[in-house]
Amino acid sequence: MSGANFLFWVYALAAGGSAIAVVLTQNVVRMAFWLIVSLGSTAGLFFLLGADFVGAAQLLVYVGGTLVLLIFGVMLTASGPFINMKTNPGELVLAGVVGCALLGVILSTTGAVAWDALPSSQHQQKLGFNPPEDGSTLRPLGMSFIGLRPDKDLDRKGTSGQLSTGYLLPFEIVSVHLLVVLVGAAYLARAKRRQGS
Amino acid sequence: MEGVGLTEYLVVAGILFVSGVVCMATKRNAIGVLMGVELVLNGANVNFVAFSRYTKLGLDGQVISLFVIVLAAAEAAVALAIALNFYNNHLTIDVDRGDELKG
Amino acid sequence: MPALFAADSSIAKFLSDHIGETWGYGLTALIHAVLIIHFFAVAPLFYIWLERKVAGRIQDRLGPTRVGGKFGWLQTLADGIKLIQKEDLCPGAADRFLFRLSPYLVFVASFGAFLTLPWSDGWIAQNLDIGVFFMLAVMSLEVIGVVFAGYSSGSKWALFGGMREAAQVVSYEIPMAICALVPVIVAGTLNMVDIGRMQSGWFTNWFVLHDPFCCLAFFVYFTVATASVKRAPFDLAEAESELVAGFHTEYSGIRWSYFFMAEYASMFAVSGIATALFLGGWYTGIAPIDEGLFASIREVGGSPAEGVTTLGSYVVNLIGMTIFLVKGSALVFFQIWIRWTLPRLRIDQVMTTCLKYLLPISCFLLVGVSVWPLLLNSCIGRTTLVPGEAAALGNKVPRVAPTTTGRKTVAISLTNDHGETIPGILFDPVPITATAERE
Repeated sequence: MSGANFLFWVYALAAGGSAIAVVLTQNVVRMAFWLIVSLGSTAGLFFLLGADFVGAAQLLVYVGGTLVLLIFGVMLTASGPFINMKTNPGELVLAGVVGCALLGVILSTTGAVAWDALPSSQHQQKLGFNPPEDGSTLRPLGMSFIGLRPDKDLDRKGTSGQLSTGYLLPFEIVSVHLLVVLVGAAYLARAKRRQGS
Repeated sequence: MEGVGLTEYLVVAGILFVSGVVCMATKRNAIGVLMGVELVLNGANVNFVAFSRYTKLGLDGQVISLFVIVLAAAEAAVALAIALNFYNNHLTIDVDRGDELKG
Repeated sequence: MPALFAADSSIAKFLSDHIGETWGYGLTALIHAVLIIHFFAVAPLFYIWLERKVAGRIQDRLGPTRVGGKFGWLQTLADGIKLIQKEDLCPGAADRFLFRLSPYLVFVASFGAFLTLPWSDGWIAQNLDIGVFFMLAVMSLEVIGVVFAGYSSGSKWALFGGMREAAQVVSYEIPMAICALVPVIVAGTLNMVDIGRMQSGWFTNWFVLHDPFCCLAFFVYFTVATASVKRAPFDLAEAESELVAGFHTEYSGIRWSYFFMAEYASMFAVSGIATALFLGGWYTGIAPIDEGLFASIREVGGSPAEGVTTLGSYVVNLIGMTIFLVKGSALVFFQIWIRWTLPRLRIDQVMTTCLKYLLPISCFLLVGVSVWPLLLNSCIGRTTLVPGEAAALGNKVPRVAPTTTGRKTVAISLTNDHGETIPGILFDPVPITATAERE
């Protein structure tokens, strides 16, 4: 077993195991803790897959940002210390059965497809950038956000023909979306004035 | 156990996804439901990045997973604002208590 | 396999040649981790001693004098031994599991930041292409441990401290990241080693002197970094006069000391980022000395994968590391100085400082530094203030530069390793006269 495979199993077990722990835990703050472990290990998986920028973004935005927000929400909505909201055991069993069935369907589907038959990315030789296997997809990603596709266009010769468009427009849309969300969340969560005062 | 490939990543993603769905279905705490959504989105992200590594999807998979991360952050912000409003109105965060349709 | 542990150090190369790739990289990772954890543990010893001495001098007293001779330099060690001996208490009202765990979360987050800190030219635990971003990302995790510590203690003081900390750090993360982006825009890369190499030569090449926006960004960054490692005057999370000791009120013994180790290590980490981004990293700033020292590495070390194993290069790297440590420690000293000189702000003042002043200022700096080369180019005809260029990065950096082909203006084009230019977005006739390229 090589080092990367070993690391994969460590991260995979941590991600999957703590995802299950999120479901089984009843205390919402401990759920948040297990969620952090799960998302952090997922970031580790991203690093293993050579997507270092996505992994770091996962750490920064998800674990460092969104989850802190969630914990904040937990504290703001706690009606007592260490609130517990028990799920009905019957419901939990039912959900467990349905969940296992769903997992079985997904896993059997996954196992039934011969993924090896897909054309692999390993054979593509790219000019001018570290291949994604070396784990630096930062520059190609940045280029694709400003409308260039180095992974697709770099090995073409000359200036003729149609170039790939990249992700300039989705990027802009997402940034406007974020602004809208910012305003919307601030509006929703604003402190309301009491009636009559 | 030699050679971790696409299938193993898809299995992990499947586990994350199903955990998220079960979490969404069983939790009574609104923020617990939110955490389930995050897990589901993460399962999808693992899929995207794994396909970008092992198939010809290439950079597209990573870009889409970045968009998912950004949108998940936005979604969490709005959902949290809704949860806070819910708490202000009902003095609890139990979603089972939010069964009346008038404001 | 090479995806994670890119062969960037001579150790990795040497070991993987001799005992195989898997064990070689594994052992290399272990060696790097052990080296860093030693720094991580020893640096707080020194900084806590320094803090006490400086505090003593500022308040016109002596500071520690007993343990270890006249200067009390063993005082921290004695304290550490005392802390290890203390009972590891867990309050009855606490959530025991999270209470015991949160010091480690803080510790790990702070430790992770050292992964991509460049100690010297090529001396870096993991030379990631996203170095700056990774450091900021990992350091943002520290707040989670603090919030958990505050929440799980089952004490209202700790909870207040944790909440304040969460609000403060989440807010200050934003201007901190934006200010760190300012020199990154100048450099055109997030790679810490590359950013360091671009500042070789005379100290006028340091990014803090590169342009007015970078210069301002350094001071804003330092203010924000001081706040983000919760140092006075921004240490509301542990304000003794209001909150007993904030989030670590209930902690004792070795777990308490983890928080402090992490705090002092983070102080150095943010100072290290400032050193690498603004203050020329491991360079002395005097061109002849740097040339003499680092030229020997550069010839081979331009591509670090080739490995530099001569004794001389190790000595040179050791000198570089010493310079880096001195610069970083000077910034830590400034943080200590500020702490014992300025009064603490109120929590609303802390938030106002961040959201109403520092955030708009940093956004302005970010825009300013992007426009600066264009402005210079139209005024004096070159894109940098100081004539002469920083060290070229070779072909590793594809250029984003406006050029014209025929009637159409290519706003953005790529240059690959073979010198071929690939055009990107095409704009119709509007010609772009200014070129924003850094050769």
